[in-house]
This record gives sequence, C-alpha cells and structure tokens, in this order.
Amino acid sequence: MSDYILEMNGISKEFTGVKALANVNFKVERGEIHCLIGENGAGKSTLMKVLSGVYPHGTYTGDIVFEGGVQTFGRIGDSVKAGIAIIYQELALFPDLTVYENIFAGNEIKQGAFVNWNRTIVQAKEMLRKVKLNVNPETPVKELGVGKQQLVEIAKALSKDVKLLILDEPTAALNEDDSENLLALLRELKRQGITCIMISHKLKEVIAIADKATVLRDGRTICTLDASKGEISESVIIKNMVGREIDDIYPKRASGGIGGNVLEIRDWTAYDPKLGRNVVKNVNLHVKKGEIVGIAGLMGSGRTELALSLFGNPKSYKLQGELLLNGEKRVFKHPRDAIKAGVAYVTEDRKGDGLFLIQDIKNNITAANLGAVASRGIINVNEEVKVANGYKQSMNIKAPSVEQLVGNLSGGNQQKVSLGKWLFVGPKLLILDEPTRGIDVGAKFEIYTIMNKLIAEGMSIIMISSELGEVLGMSDRVYVMAEGRMTGELSIADADQEKIMHFATQ
Amino acid sequence: MNLIKEARSLIKVNIREYGMYIALFVIMLTFSIMTDGLFMSSRNISNLLDATGYIAVLAVGMTLVIVIRHIDLSVGFAAGFMGAIAAIFMTQLGVPFYVTIPIILVMGVVVGMFNGFLVAQLGIPSFVASLAGMLIFRGALLRVTEDTGTIIVKDEHFNALGNGFIPALGKLGGLNLLSLILGAVVIVLFLYSEFSKRQNKLKYNFDVISKRMFAVKLVFVSAIIAYITWIIAGYNGFSWTVIIMLLIVVIYHFLTTQTVLGRHIYAVGSNPEAAHLTGINVKKITYIVFGSMGMLSALSGILFTARLQSATTTAGTLFELDAIAAAYVGGVSAAGGVGKVTGSIIGAIVMASLSSGMNLLGVGISYQYMIRGAVLAIAVIFDVMTRRKRA
Repeated sequence: MSDYILEMNGISKEFTGVKALANVNFKVERGEIHCLIGENGAGKSTLMKVLSGVYPHGTYTGDIVFEGGVQTFGRIGDSVKAGIAIIYQELALFPDLTVYENIFAGNEIKQGAFVNWNRTIVQAKEMLRKVKLNVNPETPVKELGVGKQQLVEIAKALSKDVKLLILDEPTAALNEDDSENLLALLRELKRQGITCIMISHKLKEVIAIADKATVLRDGRTICTLDASKGEISESVIIKNMVGREIDDIYPKRASGGIGGNVLEIRDWTAYDPKLGRNVVKNVNLHVKKGEIVGIAGLMGSGRTELALSLFGNPKSYKLQGELLLNGEKRVFKHPRDAIKAGVAYVTEDRKGDGLFLIQDIKNNITAANLGAVASRGIINVNEEVKVANGYKQSMNIKAPSVEQLVGNLSGGNQQKVSLGKWLFVGPKLLILDEPTRGIDVGAKFEIYTIMNKLIAEGMSIIMISSELGEVLGMSDRVYVMAEGRMTGELSIADADQEKIMHFATQ
Repeated sequence: MNLIKEARSLIKVNIREYGMYIALFVIMLTFSIMTDGLFMSSRNISNLLDATGYIAVLAVGMTLVIVIRHIDLSVGFAAGFMGAIAAIFMTQLGVPFYVTIPIILVMGVVVGMFNGFLVAQLGIPSFVASLAGMLIFRGALLRVTEDTGTIIVKDEHFNALGNGFIPALGKLGGLNLLSLILGAVVIVLFLYSEFSKRQNKLKYNFDVISKRMFAVKLVFVSAIIAYITWIIAGYNGFSWTVIIMLLIVVIYHFLTTQTVLGRHIYAVGSNPEAAHLTGINVKKITYIVFGSMGMLSALSGILFTARLQSATTTAGTLFELDAIAAAYVGGVSAAGGVGKVTGSIIGAIVMASLSSGMNLLGVGISYQYMIRGAVLAIAVIFDVMTRRKRA
C-alpha cells in the first residue's frame, strides 16, 4: 500500500476554446522526488497552477486529494496554508528588499502589532543554513545571482513549513555549478522528509534525481515511470514525450533554392545602459535568401536582445559593428526604419509588446502598414476589412469576424494575427521570436506550414526558439547563443540536440 | 419582430456608447417632468450648451490625452492665463481680435508642446509635469492681472464668441431662419454620409444592417437633430459657442476615427511598447496630443473670456477636473486606448445638464457636488462592469 501525499484525479481545465488539461491523473508518494515532464504546452504548468490554487476550485473539474483530504483551494493562500509551496520560473522576489525580508515576506514574525526584525534575522540565518546559502541576510536580493535567488525562494518556502515543494524548471536559467548545487539540495531536503515535484526539460537532470517521472502530452497523462524499476531512461522519456514521428510535427517543404546573403552582421555588440553590460557580444551572422536560420540558446542567452538590436533598436542599446542588408550597410534608428527596409519582427511576448489586445483583428493586422489601406492619411475601412478578411481566411484565424477583439482569441489565433500583421508589411526578412510558445499542436503545425510557404516565395526567416525539436525540424542552419556570444554554427545535417546543448551551455 | 431582435443585438454590442445617450435622455426627461417643461425650454437648452462650450473643448483634448495614458492638469489655468493674454492684447496693445485669436491658439500649441517635451522627451510623469504647469499658469495668471485686476474686454466681435448668436436672416413662424437652414443642412449631410457608407459596404459585399433597421436609424437620428434645431431656433438660434463646439467635435471625430494619425494615437494608448515595435513614433504622437490639448486650452480660454467679457484673476479654476470628469463619464478608460471624442462631449453635456436641472429645481450647491460626484462614480462603475462582461 503506497502512501500518497498528493493525488490529482481526473483533472480537466479549459481556456476559451483550448483544452489545456484533459482528465489528468497524477499521484505523488510521500518523500519522493517526482519529475513532471512534457513539451512546452503539454500542460505541466497549468496542472501545477490548478494544484496551487492559481486557478481556483470550480474553474477546473476533478479532485485534488492532499494529505488524505479533498482540497478546494480558492486562492494561492489556501494551498500555502496546507503546506504546498510553488517556485516559478520567474522568481517572485522583491529585488530591492533584503534576503531576510524576502524570506518572511507575507509571513512576518510578529510581536503584537509590530514585526520583530531581530528574530526574523535569526530565523532567516537558520533557513539560509538549511539551503546551504552563505550570504549576509541583510543583502538586497537584487545583488545576488539567479542561482542564489532561487535558493532564497526555497528558503522562503521552507520557512512556511512546507510539505510539498514544487519547482517549475528551476535550473532553466542556472549554469552547471548552480544546477548541481540545487539538485544536491533537493536530495538533502528529501532526506528531511520534504516531498518535491520538479518540472524540467533537462532529461539528464531528471534521470539523475527522479524517483518517479510522469509524462504529460497535449494535456493528458501518458505514463508514470519508476526509477526503482529502471524505467527512467532518455529514450523512454522522449518516446513518450513526443509520441509521434517528427515528420508529423514539422511539415515537409519543397527546397526552394537558397540564394545570396540577405542579412549580414559583423562584430555586432550591444551594450544595455540599463543593465550596465553587453547583452550581445561580437556576434557574426548571415542569413541567405529563402533560408530559415534557427537561433537556439537558453533563457537569457541574448537572442531576443540580438533581434531587438537588429530591428531598429527600440531598447536604445549602444551598438557597435556593421549591419548589411542585401550587401548594403544600414543603420536603423527606429523600428520604422527597419520596417521600411523590409525587416519584420514578431515578438516573443505577443501579449506584452506584440498585439493591441483591446483592439480588433483588423486594426492589429493593418497597424504596421496603415498607409497601404489609406490615401492622404484617411483610412479606407472597407479596404481594411477586406485585407483582414484575406488573412483571416488564408491563415485560418478562428474568430466570428475581423471586428473581434484580439484579447478574446486563443494563443494560437493571436499568434496568427501577429504573423498576419507582419506579413502585410511585405517583409524580405522575417524575425520570429519563439513563434509557437504556448500554443497548441494544431496551431503550431499551421504556423510551420505558413513559414514553409513564405520561404518558398523567397522570404528569409530568422527563428529564435527554445524548443530544440522545432529548431531541428524547421531550420536550414542553426546558430547557438550563450551569454550574448555566438558559440556555434551548425548545418542542419550536423545538428542534433546534444551538440546544440553543448554550445548553449558554453 | 425581426426588427426588434436586430435592434436589441445592436444595443447589446454598443451598450457602453448607447448607454450614455440613454442616460442623457433619462436625465433630460426627468428634469423636464420635474420642472414642468422648463428644462427643455429653448432658453434653458441654449444657455446650457453655451455654458458647456469652454469645458467641452477641453474634454475633447483631454480624451486624447487620457487615451495615450497621460493626464494634463495644467489646462484650467493655462486656459485662464491665455484668456487673460488675449484680453491684454486687445485692450492694452490694441491688437484686433482676428489677429489676437490665431496668436493665442499658436501660443496654446507651443505651451502644449512644452508639456509634450517634458513627458515624451524627459520622461517626467504627466501628472507631475502638468501639476507643475498648473501652479506656474496660476501664478502667471495672477501676475498679468495683478496691476489691473479684472480686465474688461469691450471688443464686440470677440465677446460674440461667448455670448453672440449667428444672424437670423429672418424669421419663420417665430423661429430663427438661418438656424433652421443649418439644421436642415446637417440632416442632409448626415443622410448623405450614411447612404454613401452603406453603398460602399455593399460594393465590398459586406454585411449591412437590414433596410428597415437602416430606415429606422435614419428617421430616428434626423428627428433628434430636427428637434434640437427646433428648440434652439425658438430662442436666439445657434450661438457662436455651439457652432465652434460642433466644429471641434466634427474635426476631432473625423481625425480619431478615419485617419492614420487617429489610429496611431489609439495604438499608442492600447500598448505603447507594441506601438513602438510597430514602427509608430510614440514621441511624435505624444507631442501631437499635448500640442492639440494646448491649442484647445487656448480656445477654451478665449471662449471663457468672451463669455464673461473680461479676464478675471481666477479664470480657469477647476476647469481641468470638469474636463477630466466629462471624459470619464463619456466612457474614456483610465487604462488607456479606449474612449471617443463624441462620448466626452456627451459626458460634458450630461454634467452640465445635471447642474442646470438642479439649479432650476433649487437644489443646494452642496448637494449638487455630491450628486455630480455620484454620477461620475456610477458612470465609471458601469464602464468597468460592461467591459468585464465582454472580456
């Protein structure tokens, strides 16, 4: 008889139009390290958000049984009280507060109506000892590196008497040493009786640390693997994660013939005055006509910064080096200049800086090229609707009409609107930053198909992506970035996941 | 039967916009009943609209400022100050009114551009920048009126902007002839634009509302324009203030709904980062919007000075808050990117109607403030609720 600390039974969760979780079953035994694995968009984060009460009881179906009782968390505070702590990819610390203030934020040690800061500091030291972090608790958190900040988060969780610790891709932003430290700490916590769920994309880590591993795919539980039975291996996990041949995910394309250089950059360096350091360092890169160039790398490796520095430099970096477009030296001072020269950039964060969510589809699609549907500054709305309808049909944007607000669309359809907006500009070079992040498999396939069509028509594409499968499945050539530097260039024939990862962690 | 269904779905989609017209209608009807029709008398409506003019033009400019996620608190005293400068030009320097007015308007643009410079170029929060401007203009107004006190303006042409009416050119059954003609012209223009819009849509094979619904709409709107014209023609006809106000609304409505510039303003308001990455010059848009605000402040100052036939030491006090309230009542969203010029005008008229109606009923000034405050709160609550429902 197993002793389960957590049982999630038949969990289903739907967002407008997209089924994120379909009847997921997930059981965690007391005192184990349980890894949750799956591709981006498989439903791992959603499942953890259901568990922690970010999506409150009633917005999903199914039961959560924790410590033997059915739980109905109405908000995050409820799950914290029950002993569940979750640490997200984006750390939730207050950068300007000190380490000890952060550890006890929201859980202050009080004496009457006042905070007892002395006891707070003493206890914070105790927590820091537990996570083996040797810093002065009075240091502001922003002065620590990401790895140490992560440990502060864990210390914060421990201070709340945590029984179940959930880590969402804890090592994604860490270097190898910090990752090793973290894994060692998790083993140590396990000895102290803390159960741990870890979401991870790094299979080596999973193999090194997991007692059990559950694989999710397209919002369903595929299997739970047991290390004690020798079931956890890279090949088994990948087979279950992908679940289909690579050919089905990435549409074939007719090789359209690759031409001369469209874009070339030489010794390209970008200094970010806000961060006070170089975010792009001495990068050389070229893109040919009719080619998809993939740029791989870990989070924070400078890929988005590189794209922004090419696309009119909206963040006002100090730039050095040369940019040649069709062999001609160019300087873009504003995204407008880049657009005029035939460069388009589909942003990574489509909600944050890509789309006008409170405006309709038609306004979004024509936003970057209003001149084409206007004469002497006056917009021909009928012409505009016609254009938008054209993209709605050709890209299969699912919406009742082009007057629908973009904020009401699903992620995949929003991404298509974003793409449509930039195709209407008629670019020669299209930069796609994480083109399929957070969208479902069907929409992904459609976006890949569109990319192939564009290439066949003679466009060139730079595709920045964190999904190695996507990079390998779609690119003609792959660049790898790490810490702002270009650490490797691979032809698609030579590239595989291991080689890319090797360059990405340099 | 189908007609009612279609009407219902039209109202549902445009609930926020129509809601305001309905609210205005209810307010006017209530006051009419309570005052035995005195509220809707020609004289009262005429006075009400004249008294709205200098706030309404500010509300138009303020709409755009709030749409791009800023605020301008300096407009009230800027209006007062520039009104005083206009008075000084005419009375002390002997500059004719037709030279004074363009000079003051240009001065307004310059003042607005300076605010734009502080906000767009130096990155100072507009609340702080314009608060500083408010204090400076208040001081400047006191300075220029310090020696003389209230400056009396005697130029009849100038004062007509605030008090005068367009010539009648005759009477028709006791009604002002030119005003009637003007009303008729507006109806014809409205019908023409509606028909050509419909024709254009049909040319593109787009859906249009049914013929019967279209007819109902045309008759309904024409009737309202005719009724307002009839009321106004019964007193002294259209005043110059109302004509100027209408012109500003028409120009700004066209600018915001039909032009690339207007679309860019709303894009900046919806998402400034995305607008920048879309190739829109966010700084330029900020300059333009603050520049227009400055020009409208100047116009407001001119209208107010003309209305009082003098520049006073306290001219412009609280104008900015009345304009901001009118914009919010009119459906502008504090989160930016949402709001119509026409809505703000209706908002201004709603607030003015409340004052006027309560004055007629003899409601004490203390209650008037509380009721107007409540209406502002209710309008914004309604706004938030309908928006949440649609999301």
